[in-house]
Amino acid sequence: MWYFSSPFVVFGDEALSHLEQLTGARALIVTDATLAKLGIAARIEAAFHKAGIETRVFAEVEPEPSLQTAQRGAQVAIEFAPDWIVGLGGGSPMDASKAIWAMYEHPGLDATEINPMVTLGLSKAKLIAIPTTSGTGSEATWALVLTDAEEKRKFSTGSRELVPTLAIIDPTLTQGLPARITADTGLDALTHAIEGYVATWHNDFSDGLCLKATQLVFDYLARAVRDGNDLEAREHMGNAATIAGLGFGNANLGLAHAMGHSFGSLFKQPHGRAVALYLPYTIDFTTNAVMGRYADIARFVGFTDGRDEAEGGRLLAEKVRELARAVQQPMRIADFGIDRADFREMLPKLVEYAEQDTQFFTAPRIPESEELAQMFEYVYEGKPIDF
Amino acid sequence: MSYKFPSPEWVESFYEQINGSDAYANAAKTWEGDITLVIEGSAGIYLDLWHGKCRAAEFMADPDAKSPEFKITADMEKWKKVLAGKLDPVQGMVTRQIKLDGNLVKIMKNVKAAQELVRCATRVPTVYE
Repeated sequence: MWYFSSPFVVFGDEALSHLEQLTGARALIVTDATLAKLGIAARIEAAFHKAGIETRVFAEVEPEPSLQTAQRGAQVAIEFAPDWIVGLGGGSPMDASKAIWAMYEHPGLDATEINPMVTLGLSKAKLIAIPTTSGTGSEATWALVLTDAEEKRKFSTGSRELVPTLAIIDPTLTQGLPARITADTGLDALTHAIEGYVATWHNDFSDGLCLKATQLVFDYLARAVRDGNDLEAREHMGNAATIAGLGFGNANLGLAHAMGHSFGSLFKQPHGRAVALYLPYTIDFTTNAVMGRYADIARFVGFTDGRDEAEGGRLLAEKVRELARAVQQPMRIADFGIDRADFREMLPKLVEYAEQDTQFFTAPRIPESEELAQMFEYVYEGKPIDF
Repeated sequence: MSYKFPSPEWVESFYEQINGSDAYANAAKTWEGDITLVIEGSAGIYLDLWHGKCRAAEFMADPDAKSPEFKITADMEKWKKVLAGKLDPVQGMVTRQIKLDGNLVKIMKNVKAAQELVRCATRVPTVYE
């Protein structure tokens, strides 16, 4: 038995105008200070106002949102009593909005206790996710990551009840996004799509989504990075990120995320850049044992007609490296300016955190601790994995 | 020779499998916590797991006789699937086919250890009534 969860998805030109068709009394918009300042939150408010819905903006979400921020947001929600909660932004505001939703409905709920085995029974409000980057996929998933600022620890949790009710993917919201952020988030989407396809929890419902999302990223990411105002590329990248979210959200991820989470948290690197760094290396590692289903992906995207698994995997790793180079992504740990001695000192922690990551165990090939340490060494050097 | 699941003999064999497994010892080297595996409407298997070793294993006619950190409950059919490798225990928990009393996050952070533990169980020659 397994489930497939999905929001109602509105996408394409004028997607935001769907908000004008909603019914309700009050909408709380959860976002960050930058999006409020840029007037993006005001655009969302204006659409709600056309529907006769009163709005309030909570624009305090920080990167890597804290549990304490979510608690403050929930307090605002309790006072305002919205029937719609909107997560507007990248992964941080969307994740925070999920926690705010749960804590609004259940004042006093400890967000760390949210998990798939607990029934939340959410009924006061519905959640709308509106991404302003194309990568995280949070608009289509049940996962959320928060940091407990007091205890200085990050926790990743989720509940199928926290899948947004509605996801709105409007290409104008990512128009003009800086090239660096476009590349980081776009490669995050690629990593979601490829890892979602090969994860041991992959299934018939998630497979097609992961394949299509992979193809879209290969077709449109470089264009979106080159020209931030290329609306066609922006639209397809937005769709790719959400489709990948639907895919991996119903299948889980793998080793690139486990290693990237560990690296990102220990060396304070952006999520997308960190996980994408490891993707080709983990394809190498898995392919070396003739595991994974990378040849399917290589065939679907049109890189080959061949059915040889190992050859397909090698080709896919090469194409991922090519794309990463084209969008000027760092290709090895050394490229991040990390000193070898600092890296070596942190290596045991890198291995430990990766092994404890919730994505680690659904990788198709799971390395032993020594192999994992060796993989990190290879990634430091930029050397393809040969074991 | 095969052992009936669950029975004191099965538990004894499981205990030997765990303590003979280098893979489990390595994967669970930081694990501290005791667990009762409960077969709904039947018995329980208590395991005291500590730093890659099983310090004690006990067949319990009354599965509620102890108060371990974790209690994992499923009916016999689900346990049969787990022991046959047909049901991933974590997927079983997420879909609520298997009930977990205890901290899911701690389990999720030690899934490699949990997988090796299940592997040890699958190596016990098992028969069912």
